[in-house]
Amino acid sequence: MLDDFMVRATLAGIGVAFAAAPLGCFVVWRRMAYFGDATAHAAILGVALSLAFSMSIFVGAVIVALLMALTVSFLSGRGYAMDTLLGVLAHSALAFGLVAVSFLSGIRIDLMAYLFGDILAVSRGDLAVIWGGALLVILLIFWRWSALLTATLNEDLAYANGIDPKREQLALTVALAVTVAVAIKVVGVLLIAAMLIIPAAAARPLSRTPEGMALIAGLIGTLSAVIGLRAAYVFDTPAGPSIVCVAAMIFLVSSVLRGFQTAR
Amino acid sequence: MNLVEVKDLSVSYGAQKVLSGVSLNVTAGEIVTIVGPNGSGKTSLLRAIIGAVKPVKGRVGRAQGVKLGYVPQRLHIDETLPMTVSRFLKLPGGVGQAQIDRALKQAGVPDLSNAQLSKLSGGQFQRVLLARALIGKPDLLLLDEATQGLDQRGSAAFYQQIEQVRQETGCAVLMISHELHVVMSASDRVICLNGHVCCEGTPAVVASAPEYRALFGTGTGGALALYRHEHDHGHDHSDHAHDHDHKEAAQ
Repeated sequence: MLDDFMVRATLAGIGVAFAAAPLGCFVVWRRMAYFGDATAHAAILGVALSLAFSMSIFVGAVIVALLMALTVSFLSGRGYAMDTLLGVLAHSALAFGLVAVSFLSGIRIDLMAYLFGDILAVSRGDLAVIWGGALLVILLIFWRWSALLTATLNEDLAYANGIDPKREQLALTVALAVTVAVAIKVVGVLLIAAMLIIPAAAARPLSRTPEGMALIAGLIGTLSAVIGLRAAYVFDTPAGPSIVCVAAMIFLVSSVLRGFQTAR
Repeated sequence: MNLVEVKDLSVSYGAQKVLSGVSLNVTAGEIVTIVGPNGSGKTSLLRAIIGAVKPVKGRVGRAQGVKLGYVPQRLHIDETLPMTVSRFLKLPGGVGQAQIDRALKQAGVPDLSNAQLSKLSGGQFQRVLLARALIGKPDLLLLDEATQGLDQRGSAAFYQQIEQVRQETGCAVLMISHELHVVMSASDRVICLNGHVCCEGTPAVVASAPEYRALFGTGTGGALALYRHEHDHGHDHSDHAHDHDHKEAAQ
């Protein structure tokens, strides 16, 4: 079954959708969309470094994404507005990454594969890394779920319950870095934030509880991956962007549904 | 028995000192109110007690196994976060539906269990926050301007609810409030704070203390300090004409 590249691609897409769904909910609730973008853009620098030092791309991307996320956490609240800070860091990381890749003259690299993903080329080994990383993220978030939710609602409320919001923030940061690293192959660094935010945002009008929203986001992400891949095959379009397009259309439908609900 | 004992507490945010040398304690079952002008460190004091800020000096001691219930000043629930009242009360975990129903009843909102948090009115929301603070059967309830944004009737009703909760559960209450007239009548003890403890004691003692009057008497034309009687004031307002004071108070 895994011999078929479409099967491998679909499984890879579903793996990323599962990890991105609960994490994406927190990104939406905590207004971290730009934060996710910055972390994802930094990963291209990680790719360049991995290729330069012949490391696994996954490891390089995790390390650089984590460093980026920690830098943002550290610098926030130190004199710059958060969106300015993230705008500076996200785009400089991307620019430095692209420049760094150009130095690697000895190796022929398909840059597009890292920017927009190369899901149809997912190997069995890639699949193992993607599902391993996705399971790690899901377990981490499942384990910290209540504490994360409490800290997301209000930091002082968390302290009063004996929860350290900074520790929960760190857990999210690690989860984000791992998700970015496993998603590079699937949707590429430029569209990772879309996989985090769009399914979660589309799930919002359909949910009454945080848990419900995470589950529905997972379903929407999975649906987007399956339909998007199929569409890419039929219409011969790029796979990663096709997945994001499907997610965006589901978001549109769910927003319209909400419009009807409130109008009633 | 002292539930919480604050000794010589100093708190700073960066170079800015907000509290210095604050000592206070709360004993079982009493209602203590902290009053003070904006920026006097009231919220910082509560945050230090729940452990959200680290003191630069001094310490916050809690009695063995004492349970705190905290009602924050305001809580913004992001529209993107779907949350029913009962799910909110279950955070961070280990609470059953029976306890939720009991806490909501104690807080005076028994029927809100399935409502969405983002759809509640200001008064309902404060009561849900109160219910969440009550759910762990706290020995000490900490309220940070819990009636902010409520109208006078709403806040009076809220304080009555607090008094009733105290009678039912016997928990102590440490609260911050701006509404001096309501608070003064409902408190066992008042602490007047302005970076340090200016004065403290029963409402009557604090109301007649010159430090309290210096903070709340001038500038407001005496209107705020005069919660009790128009004639028990005036002599220490040397910079005000007396009849001016009376006019303001009579309004």
